[in-house]
Amino acid sequence: MPGFLKLTRHIALLPPLLLLAGCDMVVMAPSGDIAAQQRDLIVISTILMLLIIVPVIFLTLLFAWRYRRANTAATYDPEWHHSTALEVVIWSAPLAIIIALGAVTWISTHKLDPYRPLDRIDAARPVPADVKPVTVEVVALDWKWLFFYPDQGIATVNELAAPVDVPINFKITASSVMNSFYIPALAGQIYAMPGMQTKLHAVINKQGEYEGFSANYSGDGFSHMRFKFHGVDRQGFDAWVARVKSQGTALNRDAYLKLEKPSEREPVRYFATVEAGLYEAILNMCATPGKMCMHEMMHIDAMGGAGKESFKNHDRLEYDNRHATEEGAPAATFPATGTPARSEEQPEGTNEPMQHEMPGMGGHEGHSMPDMQEGSDPAPAQLRN
Amino acid sequence: MTELHADQALQEGKAPTFYLEEEHHPEGSTMLGFWLYLMSDCLIFAVLFATHAVVGRNYAAGPSPADLFDLPLVAVNTSMLLFSSITYGFAMLEMEKAKKNTTLVWMAVTALFGIAFVGLELYEFAHMIHEGAGPQRSAFLSSFFTLVGTHGLHVTSGIIWMFVLMAQVAKRGLILENKRRLMCLSMFWHFLDVVWIGVFSFVYLMGVLG
Amino acid sequence: MFSDPDLLKFVFGRLTLEAIPYHEPILVATFIAVVIGGIGLLGLITYYRFWGTLWRDWLTSVDHKKIGIMYVILALVMLLRGFADAIMMRLQQAMAFGGSEGYLPPHHYDQIFTAHGVIMIFFMAMPFVTGLMNFVVPLQIGARDVSFPFLNNFSFWMTTAGAIIIMLSLFVGEFARTGWLAYPPLSGADYSPGVGVDYYIWGLQVAGIGTTLSGINLIATIVKMRAPGMTMMKMPVFTWTSLCTNVLIVATFPVLTATLALLTLDRYVGTNFFTNDLGGDPMMYVNLIWIWGHPEVYILVLPAFGIFSEVVATFCGKRLFGYASMVYATVVITILSYIVWLHHFFTMGSGASVNAFFGITTMIISIPTGAKMFNWLFTMYRGRIRYEVPMLWTVGFMVTFVIGGMTGVLLAVPPADFVLHNSLFLIAHFHNVIIGGVVFGLMAGVVYWFPKASGFRLDPFWGKMSFWFWLTGFYFAFMPLYVLGLMGVTRRVSQFEDPSLQIWFLIAAFGAFLIALGILSMLVQLVVSFIRREELRDTTGDPWDARTLEWSTSSPPPDYNFAFTPVVHDQDSWWDMKKRGASRPLSGFKPIHMPRNTGTGVILGAISVAFAFGMIWYMWWLAGLSFLAMVAIAIGHTFNYDRDFYIPADVVTETEGKRTELLASEV
Repeated sequence: MPGFLKLTRHIALLPPLLLLAGCDMVVMAPSGDIAAQQRDLIVISTILMLLIIVPVIFLTLLFAWRYRRANTAATYDPEWHHSTALEVVIWSAPLAIIIALGAVTWISTHKLDPYRPLDRIDAARPVPADVKPVTVEVVALDWKWLFFYPDQGIATVNELAAPVDVPINFKITASSVMNSFYIPALAGQIYAMPGMQTKLHAVINKQGEYEGFSANYSGDGFSHMRFKFHGVDRQGFDAWVARVKSQGTALNRDAYLKLEKPSEREPVRYFATVEAGLYEAILNMCATPGKMCMHEMMHIDAMGGAGKESFKNHDRLEYDNRHATEEGAPAATFPATGTPARSEEQPEGTNEPMQHEMPGMGGHEGHSMPDMQEGSDPAPAQLRN
Repeated sequence: MTELHADQALQEGKAPTFYLEEEHHPEGSTMLGFWLYLMSDCLIFAVLFATHAVVGRNYAAGPSPADLFDLPLVAVNTSMLLFSSITYGFAMLEMEKAKKNTTLVWMAVTALFGIAFVGLELYEFAHMIHEGAGPQRSAFLSSFFTLVGTHGLHVTSGIIWMFVLMAQVAKRGLILENKRRLMCLSMFWHFLDVVWIGVFSFVYLMGVLG
Repeated sequence: MFSDPDLLKFVFGRLTLEAIPYHEPILVATFIAVVIGGIGLLGLITYYRFWGTLWRDWLTSVDHKKIGIMYVILALVMLLRGFADAIMMRLQQAMAFGGSEGYLPPHHYDQIFTAHGVIMIFFMAMPFVTGLMNFVVPLQIGARDVSFPFLNNFSFWMTTAGAIIIMLSLFVGEFARTGWLAYPPLSGADYSPGVGVDYYIWGLQVAGIGTTLSGINLIATIVKMRAPGMTMMKMPVFTWTSLCTNVLIVATFPVLTATLALLTLDRYVGTNFFTNDLGGDPMMYVNLIWIWGHPEVYILVLPAFGIFSEVVATFCGKRLFGYASMVYATVVITILSYIVWLHHFFTMGSGASVNAFFGITTMIISIPTGAKMFNWLFTMYRGRIRYEVPMLWTVGFMVTFVIGGMTGVLLAVPPADFVLHNSLFLIAHFHNVIIGGVVFGLMAGVVYWFPKASGFRLDPFWGKMSFWFWLTGFYFAFMPLYVLGLMGVTRRVSQFEDPSLQIWFLIAAFGAFLIALGILSMLVQLVVSFIRREELRDTTGDPWDARTLEWSTSSPPPDYNFAFTPVVHDQDSWWDMKKRGASRPLSGFKPIHMPRNTGTGVILGAISVAFAFGMIWYMWWLAGLSFLAMVAIAIGHTFNYDRDFYIPADVVTETEGKRTELLASEV
């Protein structure tokens, strides 16, 4: 710890250095292995760059002083403007640093890719073969965080907990605008975007209470879009789950639609049960009854669209959860499609989307991209004309 | 070292000229400037093409190119624009021969072809909107209307410019300024032709067949 | 008749009395100050009977020098506005702790940080850079004006019109609450239904047209109008960096225009480019806007690099070290700046290989930048450095900028960016390069070329005050932000819970206060210098013993810049002329062909404000009429073939004769 504190002094070049020792630089002293590796990367890169920055600053100040006009003792050579040897050095010195840094970047970017499952708990321990990661499905709402624990069957608002030394798989989406899911002590951030799913793999190594928040501005309530992340031991986690189950209410589609409405400084809430497929419905922007799911739409699109007679699809795809008026959607019931794809030309294609179970009902991963379904599709090529 | 520098000039045995006594005439920059403008315009189209490449297949469970595009109509439309480029070429040839009236005639023919092009395009748009496939229907249609519509707006401005320039040529003849303007409009008009080839192949043909 | 709601709606669109923020005391006070200041200014103009001169010699001028000066004045005015926003943010963040909500509610604070970013980039830095290029480049290449003088005037007025549109949002309606790049879906019609984003869009679109056209103009000028003998590799470095900057402008601003146009269609027509639903793709906006946005950074900093190159060679009394590598470095930076945009959103979830590619291309840019730094360094080596104010800014830049460069490369490492992105560390980084690089460069440029523009030097005492306040203020204001970033504090937050952060925000606010003193010193400097202008007068035209052609003519230069076109034999052509004893021809003057002033530009600019206002408030009649008027006036303008005139030879003889007397009185 003193090692990198010393370094940050170089970074900061601050007069009130003592203050630094007193403050909590969570990015430089994290508690999760991923964040710790990211911290190490900051330190290594900074050292590499200081190899060239320090001499430059030193030479600047030296030359600025030595060649001042008052110092007539210094050599003055007004026509000296070229030196091949020196030019080779001034291009190759930064080049050498960047080659080293580029190599570090290439390796570390792949190793610390947030989409890549963990292979170690910390520097000393690999992930045990039998450990089952904790899965958390994260939804950024206006302006609070909703966390689903699909394996535990619970959900929470603005409170997250995970057992120490157990890999956590986050799946992240948003309901309205872009946010960024960030717990500095745990791991770097990743954007939360509506209709899309991003992933983050991380592990917490120390028990404690940590800050989590949105790191991407998302409107009025953004400043208070914060939550606590509890790193607890196994028993502590089980107790926390039990507490959520005993104190929580039910999270069904109606409750979610109420929760989704913009609100600020939302208190912690627990949900003991969660309606099946709710996260996938949110991800596919079809939590509102009557709406068509994104993956269904993408499937129809991949099949070549739904033809001209598809006006209803337009209304069923309109998604505006902040300002739209409440409209009754009496027609189609979630999840069936009202309008078949390309009904006239390709009747066999039309039923195809309907054969798909709705999200979350089979272990079928959310945010189905068209190509994911290509495999299950009997004959996509026929559907094109 | 400075002395050395001056000495070299002396050794070369000629006193260097530091000021041009005669009037300096830099080359005209209008063609370069207009070319740069066209390139910047080209980038606007590049963005629209790129957008179409990204969202061109997002039909939002709605109609696709195969449902909507009438390729024979678009082919006729394309030929209108191609012919107009040829006729503008004739106008330029007549300008070179300093024949004011035939230049004007060919410009008028070009403008008519242009109007036919825009008219057919508006008909196509109206037809699609009437069928419920307006720009609000899906990202694909937003991008289609914007890309094709932007091109159409350019052709419309070209037609207006054509008429303005015809008035100017009629009034002042084929003077240097007007010749320069005719050259610029020529570049503009052919540029729109090239962009249309891209629209036709990329949006229409690849949309329907690809 | 006006009680009819439909008619009211037709006339005023969505503009109602509620749109006037008379219930916001801060805005009311600002409004009163602006009105009093405005009346005072108009009164002074009337009192000194300046209206005629103002219209004939300035507003309608096609002279690149006057247009350049007007750009810089616009930039300074907008600097005051943008800095007022900065001070308000610093105060709010220093106050809003532990339950206190500060004095700015989020909806106001969010407008302020958006306005700060938009104004500082588009309406402070851009006009400043464009203004200096406009003023200096034709002089530096020995030309009499730019390639398209009317277009230059029009570009300036479009930029000004954009600034006016943005300023209007202060008193009529509101500004965007989206951040300076207005990412959808937040900036879309669903989540920002008000006029704020529309002000943003139309302000930038109108100004963007001006910027693109001015870029085209300056490229054509540099390529076609150089003095005989000035080959590409004999161009002054500032001209080189201007050329590269304008290439970047022409190659990126259309992307901004198109991207904003698509956002406009989403908001006005209901298309689905960047919407969440119906196949829209908000990530596409983020990509497109940064394809413009990253080169924009270099658009700003390259001319600053050019200024430092001129300043360092002049005040070290020494030829620039490594001219060729300076030029190559500039060109390499220009090209590379196109293939780094993704580093602004590593956290969007692109694959590791994509992220690593963009990270490494970003780092590669630091190689030519580093080479430039060494070139300035070795120009100082064996020089004889005069610490005039521009040189102080240059040394301040060299020390400050390398720190910003280092943190920039750090942010280019994707996994490091995951923990630093969107944090105050990022804010500190880009202020470190933009203040330490661009602003310091512009300040150096203003002090350096001020005597050329006005005929007298700026008072050095207040110049030094300004420099030291800016320098120390910068470190006080932004070093705490680096620390806060490492403490995991995010940007754009208006209220904080953790009281231990407050001390850092207090230090930062103190820094902002020091910068305020720096700006104040600069204003005092302008006033003091104006009062002492006779003592500070530059009679030689070459007050710094400088090296490039702009110093070979008088200060301020005559309308025609050069009575005889200079012939260039060397990179430092004026230095070369002085060394080899070139003498000004004193006779044989000929009539000089010059472009005529025109009011079309200012009129079109004014109408475009009306057009934008109509579009923003849905007053379709106003927008429609304004548009038709613009088209009609533009067409009408093309029917005017009488666009130039000759300055008679005897006028040139008289002007040059006066200069000869002045030069003789010096010796």
